[in-house]
Amino acid sequence: MKKTLKNVENVIIRFAGDSGDGMQLTGGRFTETTAIVGNDISTLPDYPAEIRAPAGSLAGVSAFQINFSSKDIHTPGDKVDVLVAMNPAALKVHMNELEHGGMLICNTASFTKKNLTYAGYDSNPLEDGSLEDFFNVFAIDMSKIVLEACSDMDLPPKTVERTKNLFALGLLFWIFDRPTETTKSWLRKKFAKRPELIEANVRALDAGYNYGETTEIFMTRYMVDKADLPPGTYRNIVGNYAVSLGLVAAAEKSNLPLFYGGYPITPASDILHILSSLKYHNVKTFQAEDEIAGMTSIIGAAFTGNLAVTASSGPGIALKGEALGLAVMAELPMVIVNVQRGGPSTGLPTKTEQSDLFQALYGRNGEAPIPVIASATPGDCFYTAYEACRIALKYMTPVFVLTDGYLANGSEPWLIPNVDDLEPIEVKFADTSTLVDGQFMPYLRNKETLARPWAIPGVSGLEHRIGGLEKEDGTGNVSYDPENHHQMTLNRQQKINNIVNEIPPTDVFGKASGDMLILSWGGTKGSCRSATEDLQKESKLVSHIHLRWLNPLPKDLGEILIRYKHVLIPEINMGQLSKIIRAEYLVDAQGLNLVKGKPIGKGRIIEKVNEMLGC
Amino acid sequence: MADVKTVEKKKYSRMDFTSDQSVRWCPGCGDYAILTQTQKVFPELGIDRENIVFISGIGCSSRFPYYMNTYGFHTIHGRATAIASGVKIANPDLSVWVVTGDGDGLSIGGNHTIHLLRRNININVMLFNNRIYGLTKGQYSPTSEVGKITKSTPFGSLDRPFNPLTLAMGAQATFVARSVDRDTKHMQAMIERSHKHKGTSFLEIYQNCLIFNDGAFASMTNKESKADNVLRLEHGKPMLFGKENKKGIKLSDNVPEIIEIGDNYSIDDVLIHNEQDYVIASMLANFTYLDIFPDPVGVLYAIDVTPYDDLVVQQIDEAIGHHGTGSIKELLNSGNTWIVE
Ligand SMILES: Cc1ncc(C[n+]2csc(CCOP(=O)(O)OP(=O)(O)O)c2C)c(N)n1
Ligand code: SF4
Ligand SMILES: [Mg+2]
Repeated sequence: MKKTLKNVENVIIRFAGDSGDGMQLTGGRFTETTAIVGNDISTLPDYPAEIRAPAGSLAGVSAFQINFSSKDIHTPGDKVDVLVAMNPAALKVHMNELEHGGMLICNTASFTKKNLTYAGYDSNPLEDGSLEDFFNVFAIDMSKIVLEACSDMDLPPKTVERTKNLFALGLLFWIFDRPTETTKSWLRKKFAKRPELIEANVRALDAGYNYGETTEIFMTRYMVDKADLPPGTYRNIVGNYAVSLGLVAAAEKSNLPLFYGGYPITPASDILHILSSLKYHNVKTFQAEDEIAGMTSIIGAAFTGNLAVTASSGPGIALKGEALGLAVMAELPMVIVNVQRGGPSTGLPTKTEQSDLFQALYGRNGEAPIPVIASATPGDCFYTAYEACRIALKYMTPVFVLTDGYLANGSEPWLIPNVDDLEPIEVKFADTSTLVDGQFMPYLRNKETLARPWAIPGVSGLEHRIGGLEKEDGTGNVSYDPENHHQMTLNRQQKINNIVNEIPPTDVFGKASGDMLILSWGGTKGSCRSATEDLQKESKLVSHIHLRWLNPLPKDLGEILIRYKHVLIPEINMGQLSKIIRAEYLVDAQGLNLVKGKPIGKGRIIEKVNEMLGC
Repeated sequence: MADVKTVEKKKYSRMDFTSDQSVRWCPGCGDYAILTQTQKVFPELGIDRENIVFISGIGCSSRFPYYMNTYGFHTIHGRATAIASGVKIANPDLSVWVVTGDGDGLSIGGNHTIHLLRRNININVMLFNNRIYGLTKGQYSPTSEVGKITKSTPFGSLDRPFNPLTLAMGAQATFVARSVDRDTKHMQAMIERSHKHKGTSFLEIYQNCLIFNDGAFASMTNKESKADNVLRLEHGKPMLFGKENKKGIKLSDNVPEIIEIGDNYSIDDVLIHNEQDYVIASMLANFTYLDIFPDPVGVLYAIDVTPYDDLVVQQIDEAIGHHGTGSIKELLNSGNTWIVE
């Protein structure tokens, strides 16, 4: 029988298995190959908080989702077309999100009595016929096949059995018509010192591929054409890597050494890992004893003239709070990245959330305004980190960058920016030409920006003292004068307000007025854009705008909001941006607030819009 | 700190280190004496003034940087050591000084203090120990003795104090010293030694808080009792004390005891101080809360360990030597890339 090749626009695959099954690796490899093939991609890793949850348990299920397409896509997608379930627990946890009629691929070897009971199954769903009505089920004994493929090798069966994820990967490569070579060369590099492991994994990969090719179980292959992406050189990028590159780029463009001080915390630690491997870019990384020291060490580095950065997640940002106040008071440039995760407290450390917006905006004592910029996609993390550095240096202020667990670990194909096209960052340290009657004035402000001079130790004639006590306007001497305190409070606020001049006019996707405006910030951009596209195809008068800056808000936002009958703000929190918009513009903005540790699907947004429009 | 370039030194006087801010401590506070001695000795250290940075936390003692005409940063409670770490790593050419209190450096900031000592960043810490919280008007501190009656402990404090010097020894400090506010010449010498040490220098200074804990160190500063209660340490010299230096410390079966030089003992029985001996330094540090022994002042411990900030520079140099200086263009285009036409 001849196998058929079918063209499809878009496929969503989810690899799910036990933490030990290598699902993140499998997903990562599929992503890499798919990116090189030229599809547009969006990925969503979903891993458990426990490093070693009991094997076979529901808590130990780890998954990786990839959405790839011949069209421009914005999200990892809602329901999946293909679910690879390596054990019963993975099936149990993820089955509900497989489209009816979707492809379900399982490794029968792990559907043992023990694993089934562990996952809460009374009978084996692969045998009791409960799945066939809904899904296209492919039950394969992957473990047995890989053991056979390596039977002539002198390797313990346990080691061989662990290559079954490569089998699954090979099979999917065949089904979706992608080459195996990229993965093979990756394996050769990864196991350079263990040739026998290269061999076993390559055999498993080929076995999977050949299984699709030769057995009669799979009769259809699917083609997803290249996406029509803007021309240029691409790479695949995850958010935390993009943030790190953005920081290094800003350091190079500003000609400043990069100083990173931080304390490990999920999901921000990778930024520390990445930067610490980039020492040859003149990057100093300091793993401090806690987040307070991470934050205060960068205040010291900023005082000394480095480009100072820290990153953390909610609990760590809470610890940095007091020192952030000092950074505001001292008016020193630095960047604080918050890779948001589920809260409060330890919350859901490995899941995504957008619930630290208020923390970034208000989480300090006193009137302590800090600019806040949020990344929209994994690749955008590069630009937001870069922009945050530029603004911090120009306005002499700490700047918050908000990303989240989904952006940090998710990936997309990324058009590599041309460094020469990035906005220049000019830094001018104070020198003795600014002395007033021979006196250095650390708080004498730039008339246009209100930034104070950056006078770093080592310059004769500029010796001066600053601190957290209120300072006299201009001289910076300690002052308890009420009028001066009021004036300094206004100055600090006005300086941040001035950043509004850096924000380009708001880009409205859709008509300039209409029935519904969807307003997004951060990682929900993709779902909101996809939902808007779908709704517009149905000729609904729905537009979308996305906010990059949360503080200050763009100048033109107020006048745009009132041109729509309804405003909807989907957020992975209880309505933080909604409250700000309502307070700031007296607009009856409604929220779609789902706090489930994962991106809001476009389906839920469409539903909500239809409900609000009464259709 | 000794690595600031020593070519063509500028000549300074005490006035060059005096800022235009009026000093606001209570009249008679021990902090004045420390400030004066610092301003007096700094011209002798041979550091260009613009390369000096004073960082402090919060407390009476932490007002110090305002009065020094150098770069200065009066920061937040407990964090001076961490901020100074950032300063020194960011620019290892600076001479970085931390001024902190027993509350600032040992209570709220205790964590940063021990980690600074462990890392051995080339920073000089001056910890003003008045065994009380001065600025907040007189609560007991982590160095206050048990049973201390203060505003927050009207029936006496219950918790045991710790001893900054044993804490520093335990934290792997490479330089541990002590001085007393009233002992002006000694303090100058200790400041100079702190400066010369490469690595973190931990200098505890007993400081009298006239208002809330007056006389805390009286037995060490009063003319009559001083000689019997202070053990002045000098490297290579016998540990003698008492009116005519007739008392000494002797080790018998590794247990210290006090001997009288005379009929039964001679100076040869007295222990010789060795700054590099961890065991002896730890023993001396422990004298503080043992009533029978005199309280040691001077350099208890000083060893040579490459400072963290030097290692940071080394590691970066090596990385650059290995890869060449990184270029963001290259980095962006590294890894698996593909071209879309
Ligand atoms: C976060 C924070 N908590 C509490 C305080 C209040 N406070 C200021 S100084 C101080 C204690 C100071 O004691 P110490 O460090 O011994 O300095 P001293 O005044 O004795 O020189 C306290 C509790 C503060 N400023 N910040
Ligand atoms: S309260 Fe005590 S420590 Fe503070 S200035 Fe007065 S005397 Fe000095
Ligand atoms: Mg004190």
